[in-house]
Amino acid sequence: MQSINILIVGVGGQGTLLTSRVLGNLASDLEYDVKVSEVHGMAQRGGSVVTHVRFGKKVYSPLIEVGKADILLSFEKMEALRWLHYLKEGGMLIVNDQSINPMPVITGAAEYPDDILDRLKKSTAKAIIINAIDIAKEIGNIRVANSVLLGVLAKYTDIDYKNWEKALSRTVPPRTVEINLKAFDKGYNARV
Amino acid sequence: MELMLGNKAVARGAYEAGVRVATAYPGTPSTEITEFIANYDEIYTEWSPNEKIAMEVAIGASIAGGRAIVSMKHVGLNVAADPLFTVSYTGVNGGLVVVVADDPGMHSSQNEQDSRYYARSAHIPMLEPADSQEAKDFVKLAFELSEKYDTPVLLRLTTRISHSQSLVSLEEPLPFSIKEYTKNPQKYVMMPGMARKRHVFVEQRMKDLAKDSCEFEINRIEMRSEKIGIITSGIVYQYAKEAFPEASFLKLGMVHPLPKDLILDFASRVETLYVLEELEPIIEEQVRSWGIPAIGKELFSVQGEYTANMIEQAISGITVNTQPAEELPNRPPVLCPGCPHRAVFYTLKRLKLTATGDIGCYTLGTLSPLEGLDTCVCMGASIGMAHGFEKVLGKDFAKKMVGVIGDSTFIHSGIGGLIDIVYNKGISTILILDNSITAMTGHQDNPSTGRTIKGEEAPILDLVTLVKAVGINNIHVLDPFDLETSRKVLKNELEKEEPSVIIFRRPCALLDKSKSLPLRIVPEKCKNCGLCLRIGCPAIQKLDEGMVIDDALCNGCGLCERICRFNAMERVDL
Repeated sequence: MQSINILIVGVGGQGTLLTSRVLGNLASDLEYDVKVSEVHGMAQRGGSVVTHVRFGKKVYSPLIEVGKADILLSFEKMEALRWLHYLKEGGMLIVNDQSINPMPVITGAAEYPDDILDRLKKSTAKAIIINAIDIAKEIGNIRVANSVLLGVLAKYTDIDYKNWEKALSRTVPPRTVEINLKAFDKGYNARV
Repeated sequence: MELMLGNKAVARGAYEAGVRVATAYPGTPSTEITEFIANYDEIYTEWSPNEKIAMEVAIGASIAGGRAIVSMKHVGLNVAADPLFTVSYTGVNGGLVVVVADDPGMHSSQNEQDSRYYARSAHIPMLEPADSQEAKDFVKLAFELSEKYDTPVLLRLTTRISHSQSLVSLEEPLPFSIKEYTKNPQKYVMMPGMARKRHVFVEQRMKDLAKDSCEFEINRIEMRSEKIGIITSGIVYQYAKEAFPEASFLKLGMVHPLPKDLILDFASRVETLYVLEELEPIIEEQVRSWGIPAIGKELFSVQGEYTANMIEQAISGITVNTQPAEELPNRPPVLCPGCPHRAVFYTLKRLKLTATGDIGCYTLGTLSPLEGLDTCVCMGASIGMAHGFEKVLGKDFAKKMVGVIGDSTFIHSGIGGLIDIVYNKGISTILILDNSITAMTGHQDNPSTGRTIKGEEAPILDLVTLVKAVGINNIHVLDPFDLETSRKVLKNELEKEEPSVIIFRRPCALLDKSKSLPLRIVPEKCKNCGLCLRIGCPAIQKLDEGMVIDDALCNGCGLCERICRFNAMERVDL
């Protein structure tokens, strides 16, 4: 099989790292070769962050090249647009319908574009837009929005639900397993 | 098989190699190596005050007979360079491995120097792994080589190796006993007479290694098509394999010294030879110096990281289908909501002060809207540089400037600068932003936190006593959120014709356990003046409906409340 390339983007602190680790563990459970590239250090402090997950029969580079991502999972709207050129033609785009203003917007030096969703929809990507924050709030913890998004992503793969459950359970902190599984299920069964 | 971060694989390798002592000062991208090692009860592990001390502890451990590993980022090796060059001469007793993590592309660094130059100039062998499995295997091999050839061994990582996960197969730790220590001044006391003899040994050692390395399994030829031959190492090997799976490769696991005969052999078997290496043309220049035609930096930059697309395009000459990125507002990293540094920078800005800065989270205070720092060069530099400013611009200017440094950085290498100011009669005002943790690298303990890396209690370094002992007579400990006192004390100290130290003490917002209720803005009271936007808090935004605080981000520090002239903030009752 060709490698599967999943790019996860967002704002430092949103939980992209944990999500990429769930995917890494999932691929390793399924006995694929797998590489995950993470961001640590300065960029984690509220900056634009990206993690790469690649798995398949044999994976050399831990990084996805521009134009080669099969799936782009974005935790924030503008970040989806920032990294859109990494998505292959006709690739799948899953976007959390949330905007977080960067400092240049807060200080008035730049404007947050108001047509992001239109621009995303106009691309060749198969775009799914979902408000994972609202769903996470319903469940009772805004911090599990990442598992909601992972559930949405899972629905569009042919990997068994059971395998997802297992990878999620062994990756998230033990006391948050239950609520993360619930969030995942909400995402998996969301009408989008 | 376990999916493992490169840094974790280095730690596992140390464990499997029977390491006795592991030391480090935190620095992205190397930090997690030593954090993971600390989980092994068998290994004595410490955060040292700086990389030089970490290196010296490891050298002592090695000469005493135990295997030792010391880890740092590339600029850390500059700090540790003094002992590095001479331990090359003394050699080892128990194996000694020095891990250095370079940061091409400067994800979290102030420069992108290439540590391979250190291997060449200090005459020390250097290994470079290309994934997590190799990271683990190479650590074990490095210890074998260290003891066999009587040399420290450098292990070079880059950000993409340190911070990528790939699969690793685990093995049992080796049985390892401590080697006997015998007094041997000819080997361990580097006075000129002894060092001259050891230098002869060092040169022979490197010749032997260069010859033997042609047979090392980690330097391997992968013959495919003869049209393109690629010499490479580390992460670039992975990019090149993606770009040209059909090319022939000479993959170097040891990047210093180079296996000359193996390279000559490989070059003779391919039509066009490329040398692919991020940063400096170190392999390329050596290969060319042997009369071997090779293509390298004429196609590639010495700046930043390589990518598979970049390699494909440069070698094939065909434009790889890459769409351009969208033009969007940047998203630079920011000080966290509730960060105590923000209050200090707000005060500095109000007083319109010049500030020499340093390395840590507070370096982010340089950015708009706080714009609090004028310089950032290296760990500890803020203090010496403030003194240098004064010696050129005079005392009147020194009364309008400060040096700004964090607690961990002050202990690392700031204290020497302060001694200099007192000794040479400077009048600088130095601000120590004491959040009692090494924050930027992910909250590591240091001598001021009262805990070791293993979580054990330790004596707390008393900064006030230390500063007093240096000879500073004007010392204040303030809460940065007390804006009025901060401003008054700062103005007062700046006026003095003597050096002063102000310690702004408040825990890192991410660790502060005293939770406050978040704030909200009462629309009826808010005049939309925008003053609260000037503190650069990511939780405060101006929307069409006016100023809004995001209560999910706000940690209730109350800085905005203190500066608002219209009392427009109130606590949200959750």
